[in-house]
Amino acid sequence: MIGRRQVLLGLPLAVAVGGGGISYVMLQRMERGTYDPHGVPNPLVGKPVPHFALPPLGAGPGLASAELHHPGRPVLVNFFASWCVPCVQEAPELMALHDRAVPIYGIAYKDQPDAALGFLERHGNPYLRVATDLPGRTAIDFGLYGVPETYFIDRGGIIRWRWAGALTPDVAHDQLAALMRTYA
Amino acid sequence: MIPELGHFAIALAVVLAAAQSVIPLWGAQRRDARMMQAAAPLAIGQLLALLVAAGALVWSAVTDDFSVLNIAENSSALKPLLYKITGTWGDHEGSILLWCLILGLCGGAVAAFGSRLPTSLRARVIGVLGLSSVGFLLFCLLASNPFTRLWPPPIDGQGMNPLLQDPGLAFHPPILYAGYVGFSVPFAFAIAALLEGRVDAAWGRWVRPWTLGAWCFLTCGIALGSWWAYYELGWGGFWFWDPVENASLMPWLTGTALLHSAIVVEKREALRVWTILLAIGTFSLSLSGTFMVRSGILNSVHSFANDPTRGVFILALLAVLIGGSLTLFAVRAPKLAEGGMFAPVSREGALVLNNILLCSICAVIITGTMYPLLADLFFGVKISVGPPYFEATVFPLAVPLFAAMAVGQMLPWKRASLGPALLKLWWVALLALAVGLFTAIGLKAAPFLAFAAATWLIAGAVADIAERLRLFRVRLADSARRLIGLRLGAIGAALAHAGLGVTIAGIAGMSLASHRIVAVRPGQTVPEGGYSWHLTGIVDGHGSNYVDRIATIVVSRDGRTVAVMRPSRRSFPLQQQTTTDVAIRTNGFRDLYAVLGDERNGQAVLRLHVNPLAPWIWFGALIMAFGGGLSLADRRLRVGAPARRTVALPAGASPGT
Repeated sequence: MIGRRQVLLGLPLAVAVGGGGISYVMLQRMERGTYDPHGVPNPLVGKPVPHFALPPLGAGPGLASAELHHPGRPVLVNFFASWCVPCVQEAPELMALHDRAVPIYGIAYKDQPDAALGFLERHGNPYLRVATDLPGRTAIDFGLYGVPETYFIDRGGIIRWRWAGALTPDVAHDQLAALMRTYA
Repeated sequence: MIPELGHFAIALAVVLAAAQSVIPLWGAQRRDARMMQAAAPLAIGQLLALLVAAGALVWSAVTDDFSVLNIAENSSALKPLLYKITGTWGDHEGSILLWCLILGLCGGAVAAFGSRLPTSLRARVIGVLGLSSVGFLLFCLLASNPFTRLWPPPIDGQGMNPLLQDPGLAFHPPILYAGYVGFSVPFAFAIAALLEGRVDAAWGRWVRPWTLGAWCFLTCGIALGSWWAYYELGWGGFWFWDPVENASLMPWLTGTALLHSAIVVEKREALRVWTILLAIGTFSLSLSGTFMVRSGILNSVHSFANDPTRGVFILALLAVLIGGSLTLFAVRAPKLAEGGMFAPVSREGALVLNNILLCSICAVIITGTMYPLLADLFFGVKISVGPPYFEATVFPLAVPLFAAMAVGQMLPWKRASLGPALLKLWWVALLALAVGLFTAIGLKAAPFLAFAAATWLIAGAVADIAERLRLFRVRLADSARRLIGLRLGAIGAALAHAGLGVTIAGIAGMSLASHRIVAVRPGQTVPEGGYSWHLTGIVDGHGSNYVDRIATIVVSRDGRTVAVMRPSRRSFPLQQQTTTDVAIRTNGFRDLYAVLGDERNGQAVLRLHVNPLAPWIWFGALIMAFGGGLSLADRRLRVGAPARRTVALPAGASPGT
């Protein structure tokens, strides 16, 4: 027969086991990247794409938010710049996504058009279309943390996910693939 | 060669620690005297091995051996010698080694100074300490080896974080860790008592000096960390309710509770189960706080490189240590007999109130620190819990705590009535009321309650001593005789209580601080906080591994120069980082605090603060720690004091109590 005293004195153990279990789950999810206690929240996640209309980089049409309000399929918007080293790091992963037919729109952030075009020539052009945001206004509307930064927009034009920093194969494999499945 | 020697020494320490845990614990169970006797030499041996390891690491740092990965990543040839030495514990690997070394020191200290303890208790205490050592040493050896080699070695190291290149922070980790790890000894005593199945007054007496020692170090460690944040980070604040700061405050609160409940065990053999739980809980909080920071679950300005993989290792270690000890507690504690009885209004009752309030504050802080993490985990929402929450929740709990602190000292053991105790404090209450009214009406200051509380505590401590001397009630010569006979412990307790009062006054004063941010050209003068700040000029300078810009500000009041201040901005080319070097001038009652910001178009951004009573915050903490140290020197508490002592005479009849 377990008395009240036994239960009471077992309580600290129960609390510790609970705390340990929660910590374990946190660590597991941190490793998988699905839990980031320090992540800066982006207020735009869950909201429609902010309004913008940008001129094209080089020839071709520019890019406006109206086109992203109902893209009909999930798309990525990627901010990049030729002066950004992690963007070079990220380039192969973007090309890999491009090869898997993932539609990516590029926005060159505070970059001279010639330099940005040179960057695309050197590292490949994974983008469906590229616009340029020389003054960086659109980036402010997006709440850009820095370059590179990637946004996932669902078929209804709602921003569902934001990744600040270079896309790595791990991120693409774990997080992006899951998003693609969810919002396909 | 030397790094390999250090690596080997850690491996040797693991083996010795394993022996230190198995042999004495088994021996104590079998009542085998020879096996129990092995405890002390093994603990000393482990300590020596760790000293060799730490020495090897310092040697590698001083000789700029960049083939050691740890040194290459955190040191550089140009780094000043002091920081090459202190830098060895500035990063993750080195600080784990330091942690192990201090744990070894605790074992060594029990081995060296615990010769009066009963053999089986001593063997078990050292055995439990050895068991914890095995875990941390294995972590050090397998998951964060400070001696990992790097080939080919770079020509120069990457240098340390310039923010850490500071004398205050250089000695912060050893002091803080001595506090954290020091609580391993009360923890080991608690486990040993559970294994023995006996907790008595003697146990309370033995565990107190160790608790007190750890508490003093933790108090100094927290104060030093807060002081560093104040003068180095240059934000003009001293406490940010940052998760890492909270992680150090939590064991301090429960440790303070432990310090007081152990008195009840010693004097009245009551609160035994609770005291055991506090001892386990305090060390568990020390460990979990460290785990939370190291694994990257909690993040802060003081952050280390985060690594979830290492986190899993530490978590497993904690599961064994905390889970094991709490399981033992759940099984064994119900069998411990109930202790002595006491009335709610009594010294014991006051100490119980102290424990309840301290633990409630701790619980409130745990909630505030963990809630954002849990909300993110379970509900996926990002929230931040900041100073408003902590101030709103800690303050209402702190007020009754402060009120009870002075009253409790006046209550006799077992049974008391509140009336006479309050009567003894009439002048203290009057003084606190006067100070409160003066600050509220005279100075129109918002934190008048805090000023009143501070006065209450300081004057209450004086009243406590006066009461012990029977001042003004017996002849002055008799009082003087009583003063000489007064226990150091009593003086220490009064000092610690007064120290808290001083700290609270400092915090209250700091909340009246004023500051402004201005852009000025050299030659311009700006007013702030009743002073005129005149920027005379900005010049270039350089140190051994940085270049800096130094501003000269002449501060004057009513045309009289008060201080010449030289805040600077340092850039460290190797790390491509800039730090601000704050200039602080204090007169003991207020700090003038100046920070040099960016310069543009011939204008410099200056941040000017006037912080009333700021130095009292840390001065009060020092007084607290000094009071603790004084109590530690008390003959009756000294570790080597005879295990048996004569039965204490009733209070009042014995001279000197």
